[in-house]
Amino acid sequence: MIEKSWLIPLLPFLGFLVNALGIQQIPKKAAGIIGSTSVLFSFVLSLLVFFELKGSDAGAVTVKLFDWISVGSLHIPFSFYIDPLTCVWLLIITGIGFLIHVYSAGYMHDDEGFGKFFSYLNLFVFFMLLLVMGAGYLIMFIGWEGVGLCSYLLIGFWYKNDAYNDAAKKAFIMNRIGDLGFLLGVFLLIGTFGSTDFTEIFPQAAGFQSGDPRLLAITLCLFIGAVGKSAQLPLYTWLPDAMAGPTPVSALIHAATMVTAGIYMVARSNILYALSPVSMTVVAVTGLATAVFAALIAISQNDIKKVLAYSTVSQLGYMFLALGVGAFTGAVFHVMTHAFFKALLFLGAGSVIHALHNQQDMRRMGGLKKAMPITFATMLLATLAISGIPPFSGFFSKDEILAHAFFHEPLLWVIGFAAALLTAFYMFRMMFLTFWGEFRGTEQEKQHLHESPSTMTIPLIVLAVLSVIGGFLGLPEVMAHQAHLLGAYLAPVFAQSKEVLPAMHVSHSTEWLLMAISVLGVLGSIGIAWSMYVKKKTIPREESVRRTGLMALSYHKFYVDELYEAVVARPLNALSVFFYRIMDIRVIDGLVNGIGKTIVAFSSTLRLWQTGRIGSYLFYMVAGIILIFLLNYLIF
Amino acid sequence: MEETLQTIQSIPLEHYIWFCATLFVIGVIGVLIRRNAIIILMSVELMLNAVNLLLAAFSVHHGDPSGQVFVFFIMAVAAAEVAVGLAIIVMIYRNTGSVDINIMNKLKW
Repeated sequence: MIEKSWLIPLLPFLGFLVNALGIQQIPKKAAGIIGSTSVLFSFVLSLLVFFELKGSDAGAVTVKLFDWISVGSLHIPFSFYIDPLTCVWLLIITGIGFLIHVYSAGYMHDDEGFGKFFSYLNLFVFFMLLLVMGAGYLIMFIGWEGVGLCSYLLIGFWYKNDAYNDAAKKAFIMNRIGDLGFLLGVFLLIGTFGSTDFTEIFPQAAGFQSGDPRLLAITLCLFIGAVGKSAQLPLYTWLPDAMAGPTPVSALIHAATMVTAGIYMVARSNILYALSPVSMTVVAVTGLATAVFAALIAISQNDIKKVLAYSTVSQLGYMFLALGVGAFTGAVFHVMTHAFFKALLFLGAGSVIHALHNQQDMRRMGGLKKAMPITFATMLLATLAISGIPPFSGFFSKDEILAHAFFHEPLLWVIGFAAALLTAFYMFRMMFLTFWGEFRGTEQEKQHLHESPSTMTIPLIVLAVLSVIGGFLGLPEVMAHQAHLLGAYLAPVFAQSKEVLPAMHVSHSTEWLLMAISVLGVLGSIGIAWSMYVKKKTIPREESVRRTGLMALSYHKFYVDELYEAVVARPLNALSVFFYRIMDIRVIDGLVNGIGKTIVAFSSTLRLWQTGRIGSYLFYMVAGIILIFLLNYLIF
Repeated sequence: MEETLQTIQSIPLEHYIWFCATLFVIGVIGVLIRRNAIIILMSVELMLNAVNLLLAAFSVHHGDPSGQVFVFFIMAVAAAEVAVGLAIIVMIYRNTGSVDINIMNKLKW
């Protein structure tokens, strides 16, 4: 089956082709079925591949399809690399992808671009699979760019709205900045190792000294790419804006899969990072800063999807923190649990938005508990999971990261813990504002409140089950001996870097203490949210009310967009105006038009020679002949 | 015949050259300063004949008859040319009542 693994990305691609070529002809129902089943089949194939790889002795299999680039001594084959890490991602992408496809069939039911939407989604799945299956950085890069393209297409899906188009452009441009870093990293890899294949690079890299400057440059460049794609400081501002796209897109691309590509890439390159301590520190600090920063912004957002978007940025920060402190398994674990509960949260939010006819402002919601019981129950489970309440999945993955952070440097744990408190607060703020209290929308909306159709609720239920039990794949050592199934499964992938990095060791009592502190802290945080938004029934202030101090900073997202506007956009604009006015109009136009004008002036003078008087012509002729004779005489 | 040849050869070649050059320059000056088209044509003829004479003189001096063949060619071509030129001038005269070349300036920009 592994040899046939190229079928996994091929199926969604065929789905894309069929839906894209038949946008006008294929009826909505058929488009939805084609789109969903192609991903379902991929999921089944991924499961087969997963079990076959698990059953075989081979730790990893390379499937070579054809020679792609062959220049001089550089040979880049087009091949797939299947190992446990790939399998985890394959299952997440196709599994959650399938659920979101099914959900989309219900959510986008009334949209005129239904077929187009499904073709884009399929194309995205194809590129994402390419990204995680590629056997080298270059194939990863194809997927990397491809998912960026699909993200752009889907954010600007409702292209008649200019604000949405701007959001799409912003995502695209911000990602280009990161991609430049990625590409430079790949060039450095080729220069250093003469190859882009994982199987050739990693064994060679293991022979390098720790702290080698070449590895440092490579890892930093690659990390810039990860910062762009995974929305870390300072390139995160596109992700909240990306919420302009349809909600299933937010769930699939901007929460569960594409944004974790950066995590995948760093985890894949774990040996390179393990050998460059400086890069590890950069990754950890960036991740932690992003986690806190985004959480601080999330606590005062009023758009339900924006809260989730900042929450995603914050959780991605956690994952990078994990990578930075060497907890590669923890990062992958958190990617997985986050994919479950964040996809669920987005889909739940989509369900709410669906019921309220595209109302996204939480100040206009409230009291939806009774009207939408399934959405409410599933979202509550997801919220408990993301807040880190045991035994829901998020608790285990977050705990693993925090324990590693504590072992690495207690200060990292303190900041990470603070971010966890903020997470619990803003997530429950969202829940309380949406589902508790009285309904604050219009009377008309109140009449039309309804639970979503079953195509939408069934994925919610499945994801809710996963969010609840997903954590048991990675029980910490203190709770049960050798029960970290995911860790054991992924061990071969991170074996090399494990030899380089110090082994994590925190005494059991300390670890229990840390867990207790974080659970108590989170419960306290939820309590504060409850007293503010349920007991005192606080409603966030209207747009027009002036906010002061920290509140204003958080509400206005720390003015980062404004900062970029002032620091980057305006000087660039001024520079381009300068170039337009001076360089383009004066210098270049002057040069080009100047040549033309000179020739015109010259010829208008020459024209006067053409008198039409025969006498003068004769004179010129004779003078010319004499001149030629003279020259002849003088020169020869 | 021999005598004639010897008579001609007894005159140094230089004399012919200077004479022909003088005739030629007179022709050139005529072309440049006269305004009557017919006289210009005559001056052209003068230049042609200066060249013809020179060719004949060289031919005799070198004992090579090809120079004289050229003279005949030139005379034939010149006659044809003058026939065309005169015809044009007659037509111009009919239309403008003048053969002054200074009024014939319609070919300008």
